[in-house]
Amino acid sequence: MNAAPGSDGPLLAVSALGKRFGGFVALENIDLTIAAGERVGLIGPNGSGKSTLVNCLCGTLHNETGTVAFDGRPLDGLIAHERTRLGLARSFQLPKPFHSLNLIDNIRVPLLYTVNARPGHHLSDAQVEARCRELLHDVALADKARRLPRDLTQVEMRKLELARAVATQPRLLFADEAMAGLSPSEVEEIIAVLLRLNEQGITIVLIEHIMRAVMSFSTRLVVLVAGQKIADGMPQEVVRNPEVEKAYLGE
Amino acid sequence: MRIGVFWLVAAAVGLAVVVLTRFYFTNEYFFFAAYVVLQYIVLSTAWNILGGYTGYINFGTGAFFAIGAYSSVVLHKMPALLKTFDVVIPAIPLPVMILVGGVVSGIVGLGTGYLTLRLRGVFFAIATLALAVVVQTLIVNWDFVGGSRGIYMIRPPKAPLGGSYIQYLYTLMMVLSVISVGIARWIERSRLGLGFAAIRDDELAAEAGGVPTLRLKLIATTLSGALMGMAGAPLPYYVTYLEPASTFNLAYAVNSVAMPVIGGMTSWVGPVLGAILLGTIQQLATVTISSALNLLIVGLLLIAFVIIAPNGIVGLVQARRRRRAAAGEARAEQRAAA
Repeated sequence: MNAAPGSDGPLLAVSALGKRFGGFVALENIDLTIAAGERVGLIGPNGSGKSTLVNCLCGTLHNETGTVAFDGRPLDGLIAHERTRLGLARSFQLPKPFHSLNLIDNIRVPLLYTVNARPGHHLSDAQVEARCRELLHDVALADKARRLPRDLTQVEMRKLELARAVATQPRLLFADEAMAGLSPSEVEEIIAVLLRLNEQGITIVLIEHIMRAVMSFSTRLVVLVAGQKIADGMPQEVVRNPEVEKAYLGE
Repeated sequence: MRIGVFWLVAAAVGLAVVVLTRFYFTNEYFFFAAYVVLQYIVLSTAWNILGGYTGYINFGTGAFFAIGAYSSVVLHKMPALLKTFDVVIPAIPLPVMILVGGVVSGIVGLGTGYLTLRLRGVFFAIATLALAVVVQTLIVNWDFVGGSRGIYMIRPPKAPLGGSYIQYLYTLMMVLSVISVGIARWIERSRLGLGFAAIRDDELAAEAGGVPTLRLKLIATTLSGALMGMAGAPLPYYVTYLEPASTFNLAYAVNSVAMPVIGGMTSWVGPVLGAILLGTIQQLATVTISSALNLLIVGLLLIAFVIIAPNGIVGLVQARRRRRAAAGEARAEQRAAA
């Protein structure tokens, strides 16, 4: 493990995490630390447990073994919305917009239920409205603020998904296949958005299949294969790792 | 502020309707029929708080309604029961019964929610159906409230507020209608309503956005159950003979689902429209054709709406407005281009 811990220890520390579905071992003995400010790429073949790991870390699923600590605070037993309020956000692999709500209201949900739910924070109605517009503007969706999600294109849907995650003012963001099915130029757009978020101080874990995107974005690469972590390090070194090559290309 | 205005307007409308109808109609039957329509406004509005706003379909309306009714029976018998222990209390007034019925049903709603809300979709619906059966079985076997024989309820000799007792019941049900519609509209415009909508659209995404989904769903089941219980509390005095078979009638569950579906589930207007429309048709059909025809009418209307207007009357109007707005935009663009 070569993650350089920040001055106050790692932002996220996962140790010996395991998850089973009946007899199927989805994740086994995962250790992972992520320092504040990092851009981590999480890759692995289909079914290797990437999304399961994100689900365990975000509280959607519960890991049977191991512990997760966020900024030194153990997360065990906390359910998803409590973790979101602590500063752990995610976007979903398949966009999950609130389809009956317009874009503004889609963003309003996390603002009212996460930002305003934190002690010491309270945005007035006008501030919430302004912040919604600002967040939509950041992903170039401002002129569709009153539209419903079904009026959006694929790439706009991904941007809405990201904007909604960012609205929670996270410290750590899991972007779960935010670019699947997009064209190369659209992938560039999303990467630009993610890089800007990282510059604003959000630590990002990118789960992705598009290697070009992962390589240009990540400062560190973690590889999962069949529920186990097989590599963790500098992207250029990791992709040359024979085990990783074997997992991706076969023997 | 706008919410305060709405409460005032709703109360004024309710009061005006009550006063006007009491002057205009001399026939008691009008109040019998109107009571049922108002009762359905409360039931369908209550159902819609859980079913329409949060998307959890409840087939157990009959159970919550009956719990309200039977808690009134218990309270009605309380003075006589206590007298055997040499405790003398006056007869309990109906508004108190309504409050108690609401509290008891609300608690049952909370409990049911806690036990069943981990179930999603059709499984939740089946669990609520089971609840209705369980509650009915309990009541049928509880002799104190009449068991399966049923129980005669003697109305208090004098109706408060002047007029006949049925007019009094009608007035109380109007008050309950105003209260439940006011609550529904308040929810729609509040943070709570936004959270409900998020749950209805996507529960995982709602959690990821910080919405405490379990807590919100419990609020919805409690509120919904409480309002249903309040709607049921005056029933014993309305029918004067209460027995399980009709109190747990399937019609309550079917109607309280059908009315919001026909009216439109996304707004408080929908259940009100649906209840007035369907309730009135049913009352007319009962008098002119036959009382057995009621559920047939509901069934046919339900099928028609699900096919033609799945978002109900409100949905039809909204779609029309959207089309018009879109057409207006297109015209404006054409003009700009020319």
